[in-house]
Order: sequence, then C-alpha cells, then structure tokens
Amino acid sequence: MTDQVPAAENLSPTDEALSVLQNQFPNAVRRDDRDGYSGIVVDPARLVEVATYARDSLGYDYLSSATAVDYLGKGDHLEMVYHAYRTTGGAALVIKAQTDREAATLPSLTPVWPGANFQEREAYDLMGIRFEGHPNLKRILLWEGFHGHPLRKDWKEPYYEQEQKPFDSRWPNGRVVRSEEHNPYGKNVQYPDDFDLDGYTSPAEAAVYEEMNLGVDIRSDLATERMVVSLGPQHPSTHGVFRMVAQINGETIQQLEPVMGYLHRNHEQIGERNTFLQNMPFTDRLDYFCSLSNNLGYAIAVEQLMSLGARYQPPTYRAEVLRVLMAELTRIVNHMVAIGFLLNDLGAFFTPMMYAMIERELILDFFEAVTGSRMMCNYMRFGGTAMDLPERIRGEANLVNDRVRDFNTMEFLRELILERLPRAVDQINEYLTTSEIVTNRCIGVGVLPRADAIALSTAGPVLRASGVAYDVRRAEPYSIYPELEFDVVVRDHGDIYDRYLVRIEEMIESLKILRQILPKLEETQGQPFFAGRGGIYSPRVPAGESYGRVENPKGELGFYIVSDGGQNPWRYHVRAPSFINLTALERMSKGYKIADAVGILGSIDIVLGEVDR
Amino acid sequence: MTDNGKDFLRELHDPEAPVPPELQSSVAVTSFGRLLSTVYNWGRRNSIWPMAFGLACCAIEMIATAASRFDQSRFGMEVIRASPRQADLMIISGTVTKKMVVPIVRLYNQMAEPKYVLAMGACAIGGGPFKEGYNVVSGIDKYLPVDVYVPGCPPTPQALLYGFIALQKKIDQQMLTNPNSVPWYGRGPSEAVPLPILGPDVIDPRQAHMLRRRAGAAGQEAAASPAAESDLEAEA
Ligand code: SF4
Repeated sequence: MTDQVPAAENLSPTDEALSVLQNQFPNAVRRDDRDGYSGIVVDPARLVEVATYARDSLGYDYLSSATAVDYLGKGDHLEMVYHAYRTTGGAALVIKAQTDREAATLPSLTPVWPGANFQEREAYDLMGIRFEGHPNLKRILLWEGFHGHPLRKDWKEPYYEQEQKPFDSRWPNGRVVRSEEHNPYGKNVQYPDDFDLDGYTSPAEAAVYEEMNLGVDIRSDLATERMVVSLGPQHPSTHGVFRMVAQINGETIQQLEPVMGYLHRNHEQIGERNTFLQNMPFTDRLDYFCSLSNNLGYAIAVEQLMSLGARYQPPTYRAEVLRVLMAELTRIVNHMVAIGFLLNDLGAFFTPMMYAMIERELILDFFEAVTGSRMMCNYMRFGGTAMDLPERIRGEANLVNDRVRDFNTMEFLRELILERLPRAVDQINEYLTTSEIVTNRCIGVGVLPRADAIALSTAGPVLRASGVAYDVRRAEPYSIYPELEFDVVVRDHGDIYDRYLVRIEEMIESLKILRQILPKLEETQGQPFFAGRGGIYSPRVPAGESYGRVENPKGELGFYIVSDGGQNPWRYHVRAPSFINLTALERMSKGYKIADAVGILGSIDIVLGEVDR
Repeated sequence: MTDNGKDFLRELHDPEAPVPPELQSSVAVTSFGRLLSTVYNWGRRNSIWPMAFGLACCAIEMIATAASRFDQSRFGMEVIRASPRQADLMIISGTVTKKMVVPIVRLYNQMAEPKYVLAMGACAIGGGPFKEGYNVVSGIDKYLPVDVYVPGCPPTPQALLYGFIALQKKIDQQMLTNPNSVPWYGRGPSEAVPLPILGPDVIDPRQAHMLRRRAGAAGQEAAASPAAESDLEAEA
C-alpha cells in the first residue's frame, strides 16, 4: 500500500500543455476558448501525433474518457473529447478534435491509447463518427443494421414527443396519451421509408462472428480445429445479459470478443431530454449496486458546472459527511457482492453469495430508512443531499420475524460500522482467502500486466491489482477525502487473486474511513444538509462543460456534461468503469482456459446497467 | 393424454353438478376431474422452478428474494435453473431491450409447458423509466403472454413474494379438464411465438403485413401522387 501525493498545481494542465504543444506543432493546436470550456482543440490531421506526444513527453499515459458531442446548430460539427490523465495524479488534459457532421471521420487513437477501443466504437455507433485505423469498427451497443445514429441531435426516437422535459402534455396540462397510441405499430418502433421486408436478412448475428478466425491449426501432426463458443446473453455467470464470443482451440481461448448492448437502455439520450435534476434518479440505475455513489458522481459534475456561475453555494460540511458515509457503505456492499459473485463463478455456488447478501440487507435497511428506497436511493442533490438522517430506523418494511425494528440511527450505525461489518469482512477473509478453491483457481490466472492495465484504461480494483496506485480519491480529491486518513490499496500480480485481495483490503480501508466519519456525523448533527434553498427543481447551470469523476467501487465513474445554459444538458455522457474495464477482458483471457474466462469476468466485476447504459 | 381420455375426464367433470346446501361448507371437490386437478395443481404450485435469468436492476432484488432473509424456497421455488428446458417460470426481471427481446422470446419458446411469465418491475411491465428510449421494448407483454405483473422500481422482495403467491393462486384455478383454461391442456401442440428480427429496428413477424403494406404504399406514392397519404398514417 502506498500513499499518493497529488501533483503540485500551479499551472493548469491546459496552459502547461499548450506552451509546449504550440511549439511542437505550430498551427495544429489551439486553446478551446469557448466560455466555460477548457482544454485544447487539435487539428484532426495531427491528432495522433499530438496524442502520442502528450502520452510520451507530457506523461498523460492514462486515457480516462473519450466521447463525442454533436454541436448541431452551434457550429454544426461533431467533436470528440478525450480526457487524459497522468497516473501519478493531477487534473486532466482535455483534447478535442472536430469533424464535419456529414462525412464524420477522425483518426483512431487506439494505437496511442488502446483503451479508446470500445469508446470509439460507441462514438461510431451512437454518433456516426468513423475512426480511421480502428481495428474493429462496428456497432457496439446497438446491432449491426440499425438505422441511424441515435445520439445525433437530429435523430428522433419512435416515441419522440419534444426536445425537452417537462413535456407539455404532462405539465402543466396533464393530458397524457400513451405513446403507443401515436405509433402505427403500437410499439416503440420506426422504419426508414425505403425499408422493404421482402428478401431482408438481418446482418446483426453474422457481424458478431465476423472477426473470428476459424480454421484448422496443425501442430506437428496433430490437427486441431478452432471453434467458436458463445456464452450468454443468458448465462448464469455473465452477471446479467452480457455475452462473450470466444474462439477456442481445445479449451484454450485464442480470441475473445465481448458482445454487449443487451441492456442498452438509452441512458444518455434520455438524459439529454431530462432536466438536470431529473437525471439524478436515472444515475441510480447505472450501477445498481452503487446508486449512492453514482449520485455523488453526477452531483459533483453538475456542481462543477454550476460553480462557473454566480450565486453558487458549495455543499455544506454536513452534506459532505453524509455523502462520504453513503459512498463508503456502498463500496462495502459492492465489494461484498462482487466477491460473492466471483465465488459463484468459481464454482462455490451461492453459499458465499448468501453471506454477502446478509450484510447487504443490513446496509440496505439503513439506506431505506434514510432515502426511502432500498436500491434506487436518489439521495444526492446539487449542493447537498435530499434529506438528513432520520432519528430512528424503524418501519414495517423492516419487519424481521414479525417484530417491528426500531433503533436509534446513530446506535445502529455504530453497531454496523464498529462491530457487524468488521466481523463480516473478517469472516469472508477467513473462509475464502486461503480456501483451496480460491487459491487454485485464482493465483496466476487472468494476468493483466501493469503497462497493459494503464494502456487499456482500466480503473478501480482492476487497475490497482496490477500495481498502479491510482485512486481518484487521492489522485484528484473531491468531497472531504483529503481530510480522511486511508491508504490506496495496491497489489502487483494483476491476477484474479490480487483483484480479490484488493477488494477485501478496500473494504477494510472503507471501514477505516467510516470510523472517522462517525464522530464527524455527531459533531455536525443538526447542521444544514443542503446549501441554499431547499427544493430547487431546476438549478441554474451556466453554459460550459465539466467532467466530474469519483472513485466508484468498480472504478472511475465520470460524467461529462455539456450545458448550453438551458434547462437540460446538451450532452450527458457517462464514463462507465465496468464498460471500459471490459476492454481488457480479451487481454486477460487469452491463453487461459474457457472455464477461467468466467472467473476472469467475475474478477472484473461488471454490472450491465453501467456497461450498456 | 389421448383425446379419448380427455373426453372421459370432461364427462367426469361437471361443474354444474348440484351440491346440497347443507353440504356446501364441507364439500370442496365435486368431481373426479376437479380432484385430479387439485392434486395435480398442489404439486405444481409448490414446485415452480424459476429460470436463472436476470435482466437489470430488478434482478438484484430477485437475488435478494432468493437469499436468506426472504427465502423464496418457502414456496418451493429455490431450484433456480439456468436452462429453459427445466424451468417453469420466467421472471422478466428488468428492462427488455430490442436487442434482448430476441433471446427472450427464444428462451420462452424453449421452455417446456406448462410455463409462466412474471413481469417484474415497471420496465418489464411497460418500459418503466426508460420507456421512451429508442432501444427499449415498452413491456414484455408486447411479445409474450404475461401471467403476473409485479409493479415497482424495483419491486421489493416482499412484493415479488406476493407476486409468487398470486401465481400460485392462478395455478390453483387451472383445470386439467378444461382445455380452454390454459393452452397446454387443449388439443395439439401450442404455437411458438415468432422470433423478432433485428432489422433497422426490431421487427415483430406478426406485424410483417403492416410493414409490407407500408412499403407498397410508399412505392405507389413515389410513382403516382406525392400527396397521397399512406394507409398506415390513415390507420394511425
Ligand atoms: S423497473 Fe426499475 S429497478 Fe426494475 S429494471 Fe426497470 S429501472 Fe431497474
């Protein structure tokens, strides 16, 4: 374990980079001088060179997020936005490249940062930007053959009603008609005018197998046939509706392609129609184990934007304490369940999961008492939280053995944090860490070397298990984490076992944080938990962009938000940690047995709500 | 069961058979058919095997229902099978997307009868919070027959248990002797639900005629008067 010191900041990354880059690449690099924007705009023709230079000479070795924005009616171009960081900590260098909307083409940055792979495919899928030099450019969330690129601003969904919520039909008139009734098919579908069903064959399934090299391998005189195995989307070990298509020889994986989008529920597109606050409950449904820390990430991103304007009030201290309390409890829930699922995948079917679920239920009781919901908490607000802790935790929803539960909240928390959870973590540690099943199947399997972990933009426990001490809570601190004492957990081997150990140790670190939070909770009792007036439904968000990120249990969760000063975000992008961690799945599984792929997937700890959004 | 056997059962089962008023409180079974159904259903209702099949957030509450606190094995439902061939109940636990509806329909077709579908959560019922999304199916009942709807986002485990009880009640009412009560007691094999096709948008083969008509109308329109309304629009 090491501590990380944030890099000294006297010059903003943009200024620092600009001074060098403009010398190196005259006329190809300029400052992004729109109001509320930061970063540099690069001439697409030189993009790869600039990115290579930024990586090698300026040290921006870690590409966090890559996404596209459609500026229809605001300059009429598409823009790719890259957020690159140094793994030693510090703020982002934001690189942008613009292209025409009609023939949108940009060079692919996968040779520089291989972690851009899936993100560029996503931009191609949803925005229709072609990336030259991309190794496997095809749709990722939708299927091959889908009409149009839905995140473009001029693309309308079948149930399109209006650009912005609240829709006139709902408020203030309240004359709602079911969308099905407007649609000739009575369903959420639409077809291009020239579409003819006769003689049509769907290219969707064929495209999945396109990249797989089939054939026969001949080694000495033994001929072996390569074959393709498709796991999922309905498979007990794929954690939902994920699918892996593996090309195997014997039992050894030679090629593996994650296929996703089976839970693509258009989070970003709906988010762009919603008002800022309306998105808060949607973030609950991203990583549905960690709704509270998703809330936090989104709140931080919007607060960053709001802070550009006048009359902005930062969250109160009590609010920050509550936020950290919730985020760390969430981390424990997530890691418990992640370990339970991992053991499921390794063959210890459901028993460890049961143990994990017991603790989860206890924490969920607390969440329910505070926020009103077990899973979908919708708790954070811009400037604080939605409510304070209740005095007592009680209610019939918490009936156990027909007894109404009734506890003092602080006592409940104290017992939970000081006794119950440490005991549970110890228990898991004792039963599993030295267990033969775990050690035999995990040690030395699914190795991801340090350099690859960085290049492939992995985050969270996956990155830290490969020997990179990168934790957003330390690298670019937010909330009150700088005040708190905890260590960033690092392990060096990068195998399944290390990822498992990192999770166990992170739970211990989270408990350490929670123990420091308890006295703070008591000190701040009765202080306001929300800055400014309560019940602000449409906060004033000035025009500009922001990228807010938090260290979610699964890795770095980022929200890239562009506002045009209106009621709803112009662009709302989620940098989902488990989506990007999957970029490394092939690298981790190659050369191992097909049965290991299941364990490797379990050790990445994905959740489909976030992978597919 | 042969046709002859069925006729025999039907004769035995006469729902109109009068029960004297003084016996009404103590007579539950009035015919052999009803007795058979009751015994048969008692077995079925207490050993419903759900399919291990989670779609989205709701699946997590489904797992919580199976875990120790709520313990769905009290209903004989703890045998969660990964294979549709061994499952009786499909819990649609989450958002159904257009990409996913194809495998879901395929899985449903692969399940052996009698089979049930439980739509868990707002998404499975009608699209839920994501209804307007371009890739979201607004309710699984657009494709599959649903037996029980459990509302909520996500429904609490208690709500899901209530849904299970509702399903058990429904099973209690299904009569072996009445071929109209459920398709699988009728004559002949029941029909598979046609698989949707992933085209430019998801295509339900049952609506293929509408699509063809529209393509035809568009062709004519292009040839003749550009102002003519396609009959689809007129229909809408
Ligand atoms: S109903 Fe709610 S909880 Fe269930 S899948 Fe839909 S969004 Fe998730």
